[in-house]
Amino acid sequence: MRKSEVIGLILFFVGLSVFTTLPFLSQYRLSEELLRSQVKDIHRDQLAELMQPMYGQTYPSTYSFLTAYSSYFQPYNEELKAKQAWDQVIWDDYGFALAKAAMDGPGKTNPWISLGLSIGLIVLGGILFNFSRQDTAHASLAHTGVFHSTLKNRGLLGMLTGTYLILFYVILYWFPAYLAPLVWMVDPISQFLSGGPASQWFLYGLVYTLAIGVMGVRMLLKYRDNRYQQLRTASLVFFQTAFAFIIPEVLVLLNKPYFDFKNIWPLDYDFFYDYQLDTFISSGGLGLFMLIWGILLIVLGVPLFTYFYGKRWYCSWVCGCGGLAETVGDGFRHLSDKSLKAWQWERWMIHGVLALAIVMTTLTIVNYFSSFSLLGQVTNQLHSFYGFAIGSAFAGVVGTGFYPMMGNRVWCRFGCPLAAYLGLVQRFKSRFRITTNGGQCISCGNCSTHCEMGIDVRAYAQQGQNIVRSSCVGCGVCASVCPRGVLKLENGPEEGRIHEFPILIGNDSIKLRS
Amino acid sequence: MDSRHYVIIGNGVSGITFARHLRKGNSQARITVISGESPFFFSRTALMYVYMGQLKWEHTHPYEPHFWKKNRIELLQAWVRTLDFDTKTLGLESGETLNYDILVLATGSKPAFFGWPGQDLKGVQGLYTKQDLELMETTTSNGIQRAVIVGGGLIGIEMAEMLTYKKIPVTFLVREGRFWEQVLPEQETSLVQKHILEHSIDLRLKTELKEILADEQGIVRAVVTTEGEEIACSFVGIATGVTPNVEFLKNTGLSIGKGVQVNSYFESSVPGVYAIGDCAEFAQSPGPGRRTLEQVWYTGRMHGETLAHNFCHKPVSYQPGVWFNSAKFFAIEFQTYGVVSTEPSERAPYFYWEHRLGKVSFRMELDGEGKIVGVINLGFRLRHAFFDRAIREKWAGQLVIQRLEEGIFDPEFYAPYHLEIQQAFQSQFGLEISTKKRSFLQKIFGARL
Repeated sequence: MRKSEVIGLILFFVGLSVFTTLPFLSQYRLSEELLRSQVKDIHRDQLAELMQPMYGQTYPSTYSFLTAYSSYFQPYNEELKAKQAWDQVIWDDYGFALAKAAMDGPGKTNPWISLGLSIGLIVLGGILFNFSRQDTAHASLAHTGVFHSTLKNRGLLGMLTGTYLILFYVILYWFPAYLAPLVWMVDPISQFLSGGPASQWFLYGLVYTLAIGVMGVRMLLKYRDNRYQQLRTASLVFFQTAFAFIIPEVLVLLNKPYFDFKNIWPLDYDFFYDYQLDTFISSGGLGLFMLIWGILLIVLGVPLFTYFYGKRWYCSWVCGCGGLAETVGDGFRHLSDKSLKAWQWERWMIHGVLALAIVMTTLTIVNYFSSFSLLGQVTNQLHSFYGFAIGSAFAGVVGTGFYPMMGNRVWCRFGCPLAAYLGLVQRFKSRFRITTNGGQCISCGNCSTHCEMGIDVRAYAQQGQNIVRSSCVGCGVCASVCPRGVLKLENGPEEGRIHEFPILIGNDSIKLRS
Repeated sequence: MDSRHYVIIGNGVSGITFARHLRKGNSQARITVISGESPFFFSRTALMYVYMGQLKWEHTHPYEPHFWKKNRIELLQAWVRTLDFDTKTLGLESGETLNYDILVLATGSKPAFFGWPGQDLKGVQGLYTKQDLELMETTTSNGIQRAVIVGGGLIGIEMAEMLTYKKIPVTFLVREGRFWEQVLPEQETSLVQKHILEHSIDLRLKTELKEILADEQGIVRAVVTTEGEEIACSFVGIATGVTPNVEFLKNTGLSIGKGVQVNSYFESSVPGVYAIGDCAEFAQSPGPGRRTLEQVWYTGRMHGETLAHNFCHKPVSYQPGVWFNSAKFFAIEFQTYGVVSTEPSERAPYFYWEHRLGKVSFRMELDGEGKIVGVINLGFRLRHAFFDRAIREKWAGQLVIQRLEEGIFDPEFYAPYHLEIQQAFQSQFGLEISTKKRSFLQKIFGARL
């Protein structure tokens, strides 16, 4: 290891330790004034009275604070539920808001220093490490050693990384109050971008964007001989930074609805939810534009772009999930399951999620336009189920947390309903294919092994067949890892794109149909 | 339908291709594949990637285990020790016997050893089988100060790359005056040699192995070259070519030369016994410029395809098409289509272009009338279908260069080498080449030359 590599690693781990320790270095002190500033009008008096015993108390940890809060809040709420006084039950979760307001600690008192010592060091160390490491390895040897790595081959380090990621997602989705000390340190950035305080989602967005950026640098270096890889990585970093992170925040600053212009239903599953539609309709010209833009992407953007370029235009050039998978997740791509069984599961699951998203959205829209007379609040139950099971558990916890166990595209392969939609277009009406170079395949298996979508690329290549698969995201790694120049991503005429019985070039004795 | 029992000895690419295609054309036949080396067909060309942690062993299997059951191809892991052609019986090492109706020998090759003193020492080996890989993994797992590779061909450079991955210093002995001179012309060789040196390989040209010395435990401690130099090392990789694996077939009544002697229908001297792949030796060269021993992946596959066809349809003789091959030297990919001479001659005018950074080159050999005979390309990829057609249809060199862009197989946004090649061709031959302009997007985003 070079000195700079070691320094990079040390900085990274110091930063990660600070990031992980910060939440434990805070204390909480609630006052009635603070509480009143954080809750809705309708709950204000009731909660102010309930929380009386907490005022002036100092809680040394997030846990003790939340326990105290629950001990006063839960019995009250449960009683209302038992009495079936549904209109009085408090459905809002004020845990995060109160914890953030009542918190005191380094993240709040010294946000910039905390940020610099945690995320700052992580980013700095990561970049330093990537620069010095990728400089030493030759580009063509970029994939060697992955199965000798404890991080990349489900070793101890891999399992630890997976566990850390899973814990992070569980806390983010279901126990965000524990992140309050970290959210404070990104507050100044949020204030600068959107003029408002940071939420856990802002923290997540920032971390996510930086992760794609830092690991994007790694990709640019790793593939310095391959312009296709460089361009798509740059594109992913750009769309994440500008479209997913900065523009929505600036929209809020300008008093416009928060909107990610590149997110497409049904990945953006709440696009047609009643509150979203209300927001679009009540936000003037721009709101209407957002609504129309979103619909145009669904009905025109997806089919047209996918027809010309395959689903890769989205999945490995634009998408945020794809952005994380292709950068942070790149080192785990070979862990995807290539078996026929996995392919069978994949088809049922991903199309199942697509069907679920369509049913849910249709019900929501019908309900919306019938002024909730059709189903009343039932769609809300459906939304919370989908949000919990698909939006959080599948896409987040499993999708990212399981990178070191199941590869970097678990969500994209088994769960993403937009990928399913793009895939149907790609399979049946597209100019995109991966071309096999005549008879040059030696069946070595590098393409299949390093396919993040678990496609058995070799099965096609060794019989001279083009690869036309709905799941292919066109990352181009099969072509790059091939030692014999056999694979090429191409857009071309639809005619001859799929040939069931190709003829391998090179044998004149027979015209053989494999 | 033909329900005979087909027994194939060897589960490499030729044997398995034969079995697969036979099953496709014949649902009745009983098919048994015997191999002592491994229970399942694997890609021999991928051994190096397992060593370098780029693949796991199971990734070298082109078919999942359920494939064999589904296709009713019986796999038998065993070594064949005796063959009785009169009773059509095979004797296995375990003592069991197996009867066949049709026997297909697809036993492949083994590394050629030339009787060097000390070649049987511990730490001396070739790289061909699964067992060779396992041995190399064990031998080089710790504390290797230096390794010596003998033989300037493809397996030699693969072994050098493998050892370099483990940061083991390598001395590379090449008997000839330049690397792989049987195939590469001089300019290509020097390009590749520069690349080898960049990887800190101690490349010794015109240097042969004389003997291998042992330490007290019978483990290799050094090699001595023909110049008398002693090079301390604890691993010696023998990569001086391969020879048909036919030792166990001698004295069985089968006619054996270098390999199992066959005609162009793969029929051996014994009725009902055939040979395909590396172990088959044709009585006559199967095509102009082709050798009687064909020992590459692609020919093994074609042999299997053709013989299977002959059992399912009207038999045809083996007629390979335009020659092609590929390899990789560390980071530099090599492809060739058609036939290219290694030495310049008046009968074989050629065009050669090399990129200024010395990692990419293109050579086209022409015949006396200026028509394409073959190409060699290093560092960039060419399209098989394009060059197969150009060579088969005997395109003029000028036409090939004119349409070269269609023949490029590099990833999108690649550096437009064809533009430089076209320019160079134009100035060398004084022939006008009209070139297509690059699109606006390619100009902005495409890689630079």
